[in-house]
Amino acid sequence: MTDQSATRPARPRRGRASTAAEPAVAGRGPRDGSREVAPETLVAYYRQMALIRAFELRASEMYQRARIGGYCHLNLGEEATVVGLMAPLEPSDYLFTTYREHGYALARGSSPGRVMAELFGKQDGISGGWGGSMHLFDKAARLYGGYGIVGGQIPLATGAALAIAQRNEPGPDCPAVMCLMGDGTTNIGAFHESLNIAAVWRLPVVYVVVNNGLGMGTSVEASSGEPDLYKRGASYRIPGERVDGDDVVAVRAAAEAALTRARREHQPMLVEAVSQRLRGHSVVDPARYRSAEEVEAAKKADPVPAMRARLVASGALDAEAADRIDAEAEAAVDEAVAFAEKSPDPDIGKLFSNVYTTPVPNAPHQLPGDPLFAPGELEENVAAR
Amino acid sequence: MTIMTYRQALHDTLAEEMRRDDSVVLIGEEIGHFEGSYKITAGLLAEFGPTRVRDTPIAEEGFVGAAIGAAMLGMRPVVELMTINFSLLAIDQIVNHAAKIHAMFGGQVSVPIVIRTPGGGGQQLGASHSQNIEVYYAHIPGLKVVAPATPADAKGLLTAAIHDDDPVLVVENLGLYNAKGDVPDGDHELTIGTAAVVKPGTDITIVAYSRALTVALEVARELEQDGVSAEVVDLRSLRPLDRHTVVASVRKTSRAVVLEDDWLSYGIGAEIAATIQEGAFDYLDAPVRRVAAAEVPVPYAKPLETASLPDATALRKVVGEILDATAFSR
Repeated sequence: MTDQSATRPARPRRGRASTAAEPAVAGRGPRDGSREVAPETLVAYYRQMALIRAFELRASEMYQRARIGGYCHLNLGEEATVVGLMAPLEPSDYLFTTYREHGYALARGSSPGRVMAELFGKQDGISGGWGGSMHLFDKAARLYGGYGIVGGQIPLATGAALAIAQRNEPGPDCPAVMCLMGDGTTNIGAFHESLNIAAVWRLPVVYVVVNNGLGMGTSVEASSGEPDLYKRGASYRIPGERVDGDDVVAVRAAAEAALTRARREHQPMLVEAVSQRLRGHSVVDPARYRSAEEVEAAKKADPVPAMRARLVASGALDAEAADRIDAEAEAAVDEAVAFAEKSPDPDIGKLFSNVYTTPVPNAPHQLPGDPLFAPGELEENVAAR
Repeated sequence: MTIMTYRQALHDTLAEEMRRDDSVVLIGEEIGHFEGSYKITAGLLAEFGPTRVRDTPIAEEGFVGAAIGAAMLGMRPVVELMTINFSLLAIDQIVNHAAKIHAMFGGQVSVPIVIRTPGGGGQQLGASHSQNIEVYYAHIPGLKVVAPATPADAKGLLTAAIHDDDPVLVVENLGLYNAKGDVPDGDHELTIGTAAVVKPGTDITIVAYSRALTVALEVARELEQDGVSAEVVDLRSLRPLDRHTVVASVRKTSRAVVLEDDWLSYGIGAEIAATIQEGAFDYLDAPVRRVAAAEVPVPYAKPLETASLPDATALRKVVGEILDATAFSR
């Protein structure tokens, strides 16, 4: 028997790779490096990355201080991927994400205060305190949900693209859907069923695998028959492309190309951004399954200081201006925490108000320990018959 | 009124709603070119075209989830699942997503999806194709679950389901598709969440839904000839459950039996019995009884299958036992 694992890379190689024989979209410009990107755009990206970094570090701290309950998964280490993916999304596009989504909400323009308030379980939370860290939703930003069930968002995103295809001809103004998932998600049935449906129905959806190398603590190589995840659309003739998730410009270019194809041709595409987690799966995970070397390598590749250094080196920012951006991010997060602290708890009197949209007779309304029938209710009801 | 089959009533309702509202789309396996496993969607592809009548790959989780996602953007998909047994392949999307999305995201978005699917045994389809597992869904807050028993109710409840902005599961029954009955012409919409007294009576309440209602009515008519006045309550809606109609009936009759096609333990009848004991305890002359399916995977061989399913004979026996126990004189 051949040891197939020997032929597999220990970690996916970074940089560009594609399953498409030709570029997915013809006529786009060069995509490597920052030469064609205006310095102020790069600075704006750094500003978003710094905000996400500061927000996530504070979320971790607030979790340790028990201001945040439940699970809490952070985007630490993925900031370049997050910002690069959100950059080419239009306001008319829809985003479906995973439970590791605070950064995406911020980059999509959701208020940091309302996101923090949601983590705190407060009334002004972006999901009204009903969702928590894993279930952020912002209708105005067309952030159509963080989803806690691995892979659950993929059929939904595919259906959103169906609704778009039903109402819009292909073209540059057609909205598209971006559907995010982690590397471990590419093994779930919903991934394969959805990619197949998107292919046969020609749907404007971009599936993005954020590959941080680990599904909780299990490596991509240990869990995936095809560890080159960008190739996993091949069964459905969906082209794939792998990019370096630490390079915000490369991520943006790949996402933009895929979105353009979705809009103009109503065709799905698969993008794999190779990234990393700086910490454990969630705040409470010490990640003992990772070697010291791995953790060290991740720290070295940390995209936030790398981006800062790159901007300072290129002259786009001086150290003082970079410090100012970092300080502004901290201040925005201070403000977000203050907002979340001040927001009231959700009203228990409205516990049953979100169960249904269309009111319905006999909807349950009992709190634990309540009788099925309120005193006098039955007599009234029987008399009325 | 027009006399038609349950199948025809479903078909005509779908066609009517699709003509009325172009956001209504049908999604399911074999519903287009094949015209539906049970021919509910016959002719609809020809009338509405392939973007409104979408044949899907065999991928229940994928296409049910896609319908939910389309509903989040304002479409009104009506999904056909070939049988309720196959709904288990999509249960993550139904239970973890359709049922949760409105509440979990703070009421920002609705999921106006309808899932139509038949349950039912008695067709010699074997254990995996003969289940009545509507209680799985009736347990879940955020879903609405209806189970029409007649052609008229099939029209009235499917219409209501399509007009509703929440996810509604319409539980049909293989044994009812050929059943005939009067169906109101024109608009006919029932209220989800309400039960109906379909035969008034004074001596005993028989609670049923879906196919079992037909059996309950048959037995009630026979009892009438024996001098027993049975009241028959059709639940129609399993979530929300109209407990008031059930309790009001039992307060009048003082005796109750539930006829249900699902399994006994933890079934719909268990919920009805709990409702009655809490709402009509002082009125009861005898314990509430349940006539339900034998708790085995439904067998294939006809004598075994028949023995496992609740029927009129079992219901007659239990009604007789309740009447005897309360010294009812006939």
